[in-house]
Amino acid sequence: MKEKIIEKILMILAFSAIGLLLLITVFIFREGLPVILKSGLPDFLFSAKWAPTKGRFGILSMIISSLAVTFNAILLGVPLALACAITLAEFTPHRWVVVLKPTIELLAGIPSVVFGFLGVIFLVPLIREYLGGPGLSLLAASIILAIMILPTITSISIDALQAVPLLYKEGALAMGATHWQAIRYVLLPAARSGVVTAIILGMARAIGETMAVIMVAGNALKIPGSVLDPVRTLTSTIALEMGYSTGDHRQALFAAGIILFVFIMGLNILATTLMRRK
Amino acid sequence: MLCGTLMAGCSRGPAKSQSITVAGSTSVQPFAEKLTEIYMEVHPDLIINVQGGGSTAGITSCRSGAAQIGTCSRELRGDEKDLQRIVIAYDGIAIIVHPGNPITNISIEQLQGIFSGRTRSWSELGWARKPIHFVTREEGSGTRDAFEHLVMGKNEISDEALVQDSNGSVREIIAHDPQAVGYISFGVINHQVKTLSVNSILPTLKTIKTKQYQLTRPFLFVTRDQISPSTKKFIGFVLGTDGQRILEHEGLIGIH
Amino acid sequence: MKFFSPIVWQLMVKTLLWSLTGLTIGVLFFIIFVVFVNGLPQLSWEFLSTNPADMGRSGGILATIVSTLYLIVIALVVATPLGLGTAIYLTEYTREGPGTRIIRFGTECLAGIPSIILGLFGFAIFVMAFGWGWSLVSGGLTLSVMLLPTIIRTSEESILAVPLEYREVSFSLGLGKWQTITRIVLPSALPGIATGIVLSIARSIGETAVIIFTAGSSLRFPNTIFESGRTLAVHFYILAREGISMPMAYGTAAILIVVILAINISAYLMMRYFLKKYS
Repeated sequence: MKEKIIEKILMILAFSAIGLLLLITVFIFREGLPVILKSGLPDFLFSAKWAPTKGRFGILSMIISSLAVTFNAILLGVPLALACAITLAEFTPHRWVVVLKPTIELLAGIPSVVFGFLGVIFLVPLIREYLGGPGLSLLAASIILAIMILPTITSISIDALQAVPLLYKEGALAMGATHWQAIRYVLLPAARSGVVTAIILGMARAIGETMAVIMVAGNALKIPGSVLDPVRTLTSTIALEMGYSTGDHRQALFAAGIILFVFIMGLNILATTLMRRK
Repeated sequence: MLCGTLMAGCSRGPAKSQSITVAGSTSVQPFAEKLTEIYMEVHPDLIINVQGGGSTAGITSCRSGAAQIGTCSRELRGDEKDLQRIVIAYDGIAIIVHPGNPITNISIEQLQGIFSGRTRSWSELGWARKPIHFVTREEGSGTRDAFEHLVMGKNEISDEALVQDSNGSVREIIAHDPQAVGYISFGVINHQVKTLSVNSILPTLKTIKTKQYQLTRPFLFVTRDQISPSTKKFIGFVLGTDGQRILEHEGLIGIH
Repeated sequence: MKFFSPIVWQLMVKTLLWSLTGLTIGVLFFIIFVVFVNGLPQLSWEFLSTNPADMGRSGGILATIVSTLYLIVIALVVATPLGLGTAIYLTEYTREGPGTRIIRFGTECLAGIPSIILGLFGFAIFVMAFGWGWSLVSGGLTLSVMLLPTIIRTSEESILAVPLEYREVSFSLGLGKWQTITRIVLPSALPGIATGIVLSIARSIGETAVIIFTAGSSLRFPNTIFESGRTLAVHFYILAREGISMPMAYGTAAILIVVILAINISAYLMMRYFLKKYS
């Protein structure tokens, strides 16, 4: 009898997770949907005019900025992360890897505000002096984000590479391939889904990042014309304006949140399905 | 041990009557924090929390009850006039540039040109041919609202403007970027930035008081009609000699 | 590519990869180095035990440490039973089926919600709707939602790692299911579960946006959990952003990183020790 009660309690607890998720989803959609319906989804998504106090809610420039920042972060971060992953998985003696891999993972724990702060102190002036523009820019945000997602992508990629059966590599080497040829033509393709998952998870993290971006991106509303232009992402807008928004404006921020939510959720589901398919 | 701390923390529930939340303008915030710091030394059983968020946030929190006192660095708009409005001090809006910038004076028209994005280069103001990086506050900011009212008039601030959400962060940007220009609360100026005179009048305590310097705005406490005795006492302190002395010491202009 | 022999090509590639790796590790260590060089000198007993004064320009960071602790404790007190319960249910009481798939899906989705959205949610529900205003309890509860998926995941893995034989032996000795779980399975899985909890702590310490939205940023020493409080990360953010005091900012950052590193290292060591012990 007692067993039954315990089981029921546990079941309730278990469904709390999904319950919470439902609650949050319902809540956000309930708050945000009306404004999307009012201005129409196309207008909301594709108009670049964000003047919430005047009733204009186009988030196009923010979507573009978010995508641009993420895309550039991936462009900068993935090669570096892959280089690290390959080096650590294949070219480093085991006893070093045991130290280095956790070290890299440790660095994933550094708070984003610290990254943002150092970005403002070191990176922004560098960009301003040598490349031009105010320094607070798309480029700065991309670089900082790239650094932030590096540990995640590296760590998961190392796992993916190490998970490839030793047989594959040994087979290639036995056929006369150099180490690098074995990596390039056998290991990497075999680890592909793991690496892709890592990249997708990195993307999801980059697009959802707020604090570091607010500190270095400049937060200008205009659609960026070059990487040296200041940008404002979806997350920055929500963070900057949430505190004081009322009525339609607040709903518009929730609506922007919905877009963000849907996008990141999509990425995560993609990543998990890929991971499962392995 | 952790549970013990938690228990201790729960022991006094939401004791609203003994706690006051003061929320709103980031311009008012540092001054409010100074006031509450000193007030709480004399009244140790009272808890006053000071939050930022911006003037508009202050008004919404006051209205929703999240804050007993909303702070505001601009005048109340039409639909906000139902709340009680108490002026606690006057402040100027200073136009600041990097110390390396040779310009010393600027006119309202020039400011309009810069912030609307029409004036693109410092050469149009007599300096080198460098692009102007202009910094503004976020939309809900009272300082921005006051700036738009007092300077921009019908012109809109361009969406190319860099945006920061507090006086301090605007000042930080300008202190480090030679081509930057922005506006902050007069009470927040420090040696890291250079203040310009507007239409040949430099903002000082005197020129702000006599309204000679054009860009002045009131700091407001906003409350609902019914306020608790402790809130009333605190407001009394702020408006009285002690409170006013503190505010003037920190760089504001008192109401007397 | 055909111009170089594979050996030469490999050498070039290896050089490239090693330099990129060196660059990456260099950057990451640079970050820690800068913070420590500027911040560690700030760390004195005085710094840790005095409250911030003058908006953070002077004094120490005691109030922020306490606020951070309160926040973490609240978050864990809520998230651990929920998470552990879910994990136990998923592993011990059910088999893979539609029910568990829904729960897992829910957990994964929850894990994927960006922190700022959770901040929105926490603000709207706890701060506004429940009327608690900006308070540590609002922040803690919102934080617990963030930690829940991690705790569920790590607890599940740890429980699954406990060998089936332990349970079978326990049943054959006459212990009931719940007794088996509490007396045999959980103690064995404890290191893994503890690691999950410890890692959650490390993550919470770094959160900023969520905390500002829900717990506010009051510099005061929090006497109850219904007051607003400023955590270490938030304090650092405000100090840094407003340029209030560079030394204070670096000091706070140094503490943050020291604590996070310490937590991660101990979690890692804990894991390794118990892995060795049980396998």
